[in-house]
Amino acid sequence: MAFINGIGLISPQNTIDPEVFLQSIVEHKAEYMKSVDPVYKEFLDPLQTRRLSRIIKMGITSARLCLRNAGCEMPDSIITGTGLGSVEDTEKILAELPKEEKFLNPTPFIQSTYNTISSQIAIYLRCHGYNSTYVHRTFSFESGLLDALLQLEEKSAENILVGGIDEMSLNHLMVTRRSGLWKTEIINNLELRKSMSPGAVAGEGSGYFMISASPVPGTYARITGVETIYKPSDFAFIKEKTIGFLQSNGLNLSDIDLIMVGVNGDDRWDGIYDAFTSNIFPGRPVSWFKHLCGEYHTATSFALWATANILKRQMYPPVMQLNDLQPLKIENILIYNQFRNINHSMILVSR
Amino acid sequence: MPRRIYITGLGIISSIGKNLQETFSSLMQGNSGIRHPEHLGTTLRSEILVGEVNASLEELFALAGLPVQEGFSRNALLGIIAAKEATSSTSFKIDPALRTGLISATTVGGMDRCELYYNDFFTNDSKNIYLEVYDCADSTEKIANLLGIRNFITTISTACSSSANAILLGARLIRSGRLDRVLAGGCESLTRFHLNGFNSLKILDKEPCKPFDDRRNGINLGEGGAYIMLESEESILRTDNRILCEIIGWGNACEAYHQTASSPDGTGAYLAMKKALEMSGLKTEEINYINAHGTGTDNNDLSEGRAIEQLFGSKIPPVSSTKPFTGHTTSAAGATEAIISILALMHQVIWPNLNFRVPMKELSLIPVDRLLTGQLIRNVLSNSFGFGGNDTSLIFAKPMDGNLPGYPQTNPIQKNG
Amino acid sequence: MEELIKKLKKEVIEQLNLEDISIDDIDPDSPLFGEGLGLDSIDALELIVLLEKNYGIKIEDPKDGKKIFYSIRTMAEYITAHKNQ
Repeated sequence: MAFINGIGLISPQNTIDPEVFLQSIVEHKAEYMKSVDPVYKEFLDPLQTRRLSRIIKMGITSARLCLRNAGCEMPDSIITGTGLGSVEDTEKILAELPKEEKFLNPTPFIQSTYNTISSQIAIYLRCHGYNSTYVHRTFSFESGLLDALLQLEEKSAENILVGGIDEMSLNHLMVTRRSGLWKTEIINNLELRKSMSPGAVAGEGSGYFMISASPVPGTYARITGVETIYKPSDFAFIKEKTIGFLQSNGLNLSDIDLIMVGVNGDDRWDGIYDAFTSNIFPGRPVSWFKHLCGEYHTATSFALWATANILKRQMYPPVMQLNDLQPLKIENILIYNQFRNINHSMILVSR
Repeated sequence: MPRRIYITGLGIISSIGKNLQETFSSLMQGNSGIRHPEHLGTTLRSEILVGEVNASLEELFALAGLPVQEGFSRNALLGIIAAKEATSSTSFKIDPALRTGLISATTVGGMDRCELYYNDFFTNDSKNIYLEVYDCADSTEKIANLLGIRNFITTISTACSSSANAILLGARLIRSGRLDRVLAGGCESLTRFHLNGFNSLKILDKEPCKPFDDRRNGINLGEGGAYIMLESEESILRTDNRILCEIIGWGNACEAYHQTASSPDGTGAYLAMKKALEMSGLKTEEINYINAHGTGTDNNDLSEGRAIEQLFGSKIPPVSSTKPFTGHTTSAAGATEAIISILALMHQVIWPNLNFRVPMKELSLIPVDRLLTGQLIRNVLSNSFGFGGNDTSLIFAKPMDGNLPGYPQTNPIQKNG
Repeated sequence: MEELIKKLKKEVIEQLNLEDISIDDIDPDSPLFGEGLGLDSIDALELIVLLEKNYGIKIEDPKDGKKIFYSIRTMAEYITAHKNQ
């Protein structure tokens, strides 16, 4: 059993206060969806953290929010998933390099390594436990969750801090525009579903979760299973894997009350989600989340936060509804996400 | 009884060899790969020494068995070459009955190309293909695609312990019954990005590095690719692969001290080694050789040395760092040195800690400074300690039960002695 | 010398991201490392870059930094003695 006992999320919505769940929706109409930053000085010792770049501050703060929420002072393990690591620091160095190979500042280099977030959290907490970082695109957060589930099975840890974090910057957006990932037009995030054009709207965020062996009074939900599917040969394969995944966790297709999908407004790929829900879960309520947080490799951490809250509060927020159907009960939710039909992943969350 | 995990394949490319056989020969002959860089376009060329793979990009394509083409980084090619070698025994076929995983590790990703084309990304479309190649996942997916591995793939980045953690995760996934076999390791190519990064930290030695030596002055960066094939017993029954050794213990702990330094007493290193020992069920005196992380920096060698002394007390087994051979291959180091440790186990040798002359004042530990053959080696401890305090230790053992399926009666590389 | 000290204080605050500290907060004779401002080894490396970039002075061995970077004044004196050598 893997219980979500605490969450700390910094995102493009007001998600810092755990008492509040999507009561006010932040609209974005800009090049990308930027996270609502807390006043970091209130959470971090300024002297200890003065040289840390934004992504590391986001990581440490959301980790601390999570620990506070879980009522846990020290985790046994710390695991981070990040697709791109510190974009800001990496690009600082890349901008300097062509000039000449001298005068490189050590600080951005130290912070450009992908494991810097997980390490800095450990340094801040003085946590000597297991520590790892996963860096595989939209498998990054899921790999971290899987590692945590393994540790609970192995009984090598009881409280594992797992996070998904990625940042965006205007500079990085400009660089990656040419890869065709992003929309060329600026749209209102709440209108995303209507936008029939290629590309997604970029986002960012940092979500840390306390995954524990035993529940506490404030437990949100259970993570029943995590699955990643690499390069499925065809749709039938995805369907077969989905059924197998649910069965191995003691569930049938009919047990899923709500499906949360990673629709992101990219008309080249969103059809995959339509095929998934209409073929495998016809007539089931479907929700989405990327209009609230944007597209980034670890966006499923936002989905997990939403799912955990839906299960705990037993309420289904209208702003997350993708079709008009309402769940008859809220016991089992399946999060399904994919990236370019290559990296597919599922997280099964239960009450 | 926990599921046992065997190693049945090794693949490696570094500055001391383009394959396992060349690597073994260089180690036996004491031939270091440390020299001034030839292929990396750096203005620091005459000032620094590195462990560079002696091959141009075109040569790497040839070694990888691929036509020269756009969209491949030097990093990915190093990974592909090593991964292909590790699976080159005829018994690596994609078998639907065997759930196969790939866990790779890197930190630079495709940076060796992207640092060249960074300005193009802003100004024109000619290098767009390299935008796809930039991140850590690219080399992993290229290897997975070429070898047909689909069941489970992921990428780890924990600085200098990355590929050791890849091996650790692979072992855990097999032990848990989720996978039957895993190709685990990592790749890292030299880049101006991290060469200059390390230079800004003032920890590059302008001379060949001297781990555990009182005169030590820093690291020589290296590059390479290294993968090992891990299999369960059930998998070996189907693949009929030869068992080279077994992995019997692993430990991951965090120093949690400073982003670039270990604590003076080496807490993280101590904990990682201790965890690995506890899992293996071995007593300290049963470790016959420690392949140390031994980078040659003031900080690591003192910290690691102290941790070893604390754990092993007065009975420290033979210790050496092989980084004076290969250089510090960062994300590939864990797997590179795992393979070097496994070679020690297979051939009953202890590799020398080259360039050592003056013992450190603070330690009683003195590394082995010459090749020792004809040893009795049953258990080897391999250490990899990364920036940010990500510390990992692995223990490899010679399985003592000769009746295992696939266990060779004679050493498979013995003919090349 | 006083002009240089003032300039140095500004550069140090900027380079090391000492957000809440003003020029007047730094006593030119107080130790920068350990006590005083409590800077660490990474800060020392950043100061080496500052010296090279802004004053053309190269420090090869970071261990020399201990004496040079003891205080703002010792930094200023070193710069005055070695500038553009």
